[in-house]
Amino acid sequence: MVSTIATVLMWIVGLSMIYVLYRTINGHPIERRVVFLYIGLAIALPLLMQKTAPVPVTADVQKLVDALDELTPGSKVLAAFDFDPSSAPELQPMGVAFMKYAFKHDFKVIVMGLWPQGPQQANQAIEDAMLDPLIAEKNLVYGVDYVNLGYQAGAEFVIQSMGSDFKRMFPLDDRHIAYDSLEILNDITNFSNIDFIFNLSAGKPGTVEWIQIAVDRFGAKCGAGNTAVQAPQVYPYLRSGQLTGLLGGMSGGAEFEKATNEKGQASTFIFAQMISHAMVIAFIIMGNIAFFMTRKKKKA
Amino acid sequence: MELFGIWVAALLTLGIFSFLYKDNPVYKICESIFIGVSAGYWAIANFFDALHKKFWVGVFPTDGSDPNYMLWFGALLGVLMLLRLSSKIGWIARWPLAFIVGATAGLYMMLYFVSNAMNQVASTMRDVIVTSPETHLIMWGETIGSILIVIGVVSGLVYFFFSKEHKGVFGYTARVGIWFLMITFGAHFGYTVMSRMSLLIGRIDFLFRDWLHLLN
Amino acid sequence: MRREIPLIITTIAGLVFAISYFIPHWPFVEAESIFGDWIAIVQAFAIWLGALNLIKVSLEKIYRKKEDAFYSGIIIVCLLVTLGIGFYDGFSGGAQSSFRDTGTTFDWLYRFIYTPLTSTMFAMLAFFVASASYRAFRARNFEATLLLIAGFFVMGGRVPLFDLALKPFTDVPYFSEFAGWIMAYPLTAGMTAIMIGIALGIMSSSLRIILGIERSHIGGA
Repeated sequence: MVSTIATVLMWIVGLSMIYVLYRTINGHPIERRVVFLYIGLAIALPLLMQKTAPVPVTADVQKLVDALDELTPGSKVLAAFDFDPSSAPELQPMGVAFMKYAFKHDFKVIVMGLWPQGPQQANQAIEDAMLDPLIAEKNLVYGVDYVNLGYQAGAEFVIQSMGSDFKRMFPLDDRHIAYDSLEILNDITNFSNIDFIFNLSAGKPGTVEWIQIAVDRFGAKCGAGNTAVQAPQVYPYLRSGQLTGLLGGMSGGAEFEKATNEKGQASTFIFAQMISHAMVIAFIIMGNIAFFMTRKKKKA
Repeated sequence: MELFGIWVAALLTLGIFSFLYKDNPVYKICESIFIGVSAGYWAIANFFDALHKKFWVGVFPTDGSDPNYMLWFGALLGVLMLLRLSSKIGWIARWPLAFIVGATAGLYMMLYFVSNAMNQVASTMRDVIVTSPETHLIMWGETIGSILIVIGVVSGLVYFFFSKEHKGVFGYTARVGIWFLMITFGAHFGYTVMSRMSLLIGRIDFLFRDWLHLLN
Repeated sequence: MRREIPLIITTIAGLVFAISYFIPHWPFVEAESIFGDWIAIVQAFAIWLGALNLIKVSLEKIYRKKEDAFYSGIIIVCLLVTLGIGFYDGFSGGAQSSFRDTGTTFDWLYRFIYTPLTSTMFAMLAFFVASASYRAFRARNFEATLLLIAGFFVMGGRVPLFDLALKPFTDVPYFSEFAGWIMAYPLTAGMTAIMIGIALGIMSSSLRIILGIERSHIGGA
């Protein structure tokens, strides 16, 4: 019922764009609050329609999935959650999908954060992953199968110190358990004992610092999920091979969910994402049509 | 408690959105709550994760290990940093600041030289002619792309070189550099739109799913 | 004294980190680790400096009865309440617990107050970016047109928007591939040029700081 009403309203909104175009061409652009309303509707209505859209898995995402596929059960994976709730709609679905993949493939997951909110987001991602029946039946044990080291101040200097000794920066984990008494960390001294780093990053400190220090200085292998704002900045690292795979924004998250068969939030959001892009593109086109017509009139 | 929390979260969300109509007291209250809670959150996280876990446990270990007395110097620098609040002896705060700036400069100098300069130069020049590993034939798509990268990087760097006037061949090259930079910024813009829309989707989904239960 | 000591501190700290990159052995690696510990502690104190300064500035506004004194009061109350809850949860949880554990009051505060506020603040940018696109994003000249075209294809290609329009004719996601091509080649070229430029700038600035030529951080010219 809600879905049908939303679909009808979406058509009405689409048709009303003709009037917006007419006004814009006649030199009466709509007020900014009306633009806000259109953007709000372009997201709200597609969400209510509850549709999905097919996403092709791009090479950047496939590269990350391939790297994860190469890991064997028992591999030690460091998951660095370097973001806060403001970027969660983009990065949290990647975090959940990654946790599900890691737990289903029996990786040993070590979580940490260079942002204070990161470990809390990681806790939420682990909770969500645990809801999966296949993971729940594994009865994963904290400290044996996964651990949350928490946050440490110092940004890139934390990674730098971890290059020689993880324990130096994290003498206790997030639950204040001593490093040495956690079974999962028994044979982990530095990055040479880590098989793969998965970084979820919304800025600085984040993927750039992990590449510069953990990858280039200490020889670790790193794949990343970035907010769409940050993703273009790390493309050169992808080409140079410093970065092993990249999930860029919501579409990267949806592709990762598809490639790992872990359908989640990103896949449900992608339809609304698509319609909102269409709305922005429509606004840009209308603005430019008006611009060229006005210029033509002036010249005449 | 969960239900109450959802209602609080929904009202705060709407309070912030009210700014879209115009600046108003409800928005300002929400904004003030945000500033206070945010500052408190950062302070608590840094207290327990850095000061307690790193400093306190380091100098007063409970597991029988030797105390790390060197950490006291870090704490001393930290206390000097707090002197910034005093108008009379606030200048002492420059010492810890000098330490942070110096250490960051030393670290960055090498990191950026290796990762962002040398590795990128090498990556630009490497494998310009791309061949198939199986057939050893030239892969034209990738090869043209690689040549484009060489042209883009060189011309982009020429554009950033301001010690010589952008005239003649140098000027034309710089102009090509601008074109590449414009495509870069355009793609960046596209991704920025994607990012911002995603965040809004997250909020509206919360309102519809968790608060109003309109979605399954 | 006010200038010389900070200059010496800057140079020593900078040299330790620069040299240890080339000589990853004693004493440089040990010094680097010790300095790393100190930085973590100093940065934590810096965050507290920020929080205390916020209280100071807000109290001054209330004391002087400025226009926004009411909002300053809310800031102080919220800050103190968050600190109170955080300290209570952090110290009362006992062994093997954290202030951020699920179920704590601090976690409730994070999920239902901090998260919606920070998320919505950033989510509002969606409206402004759309409004700016409508009013200001024009193909005024060749360079602006390039920018617009790149943005157009990336926006339509990175989500299945344009490919769905092609669906009646072909299943090949041409637009997705084209957006990927833009990211892999022209964007990578431009970003690499920017990256190398920034790297050279950072290297020269860092050297100036370590050698004491750049002194603005210690209040000098």
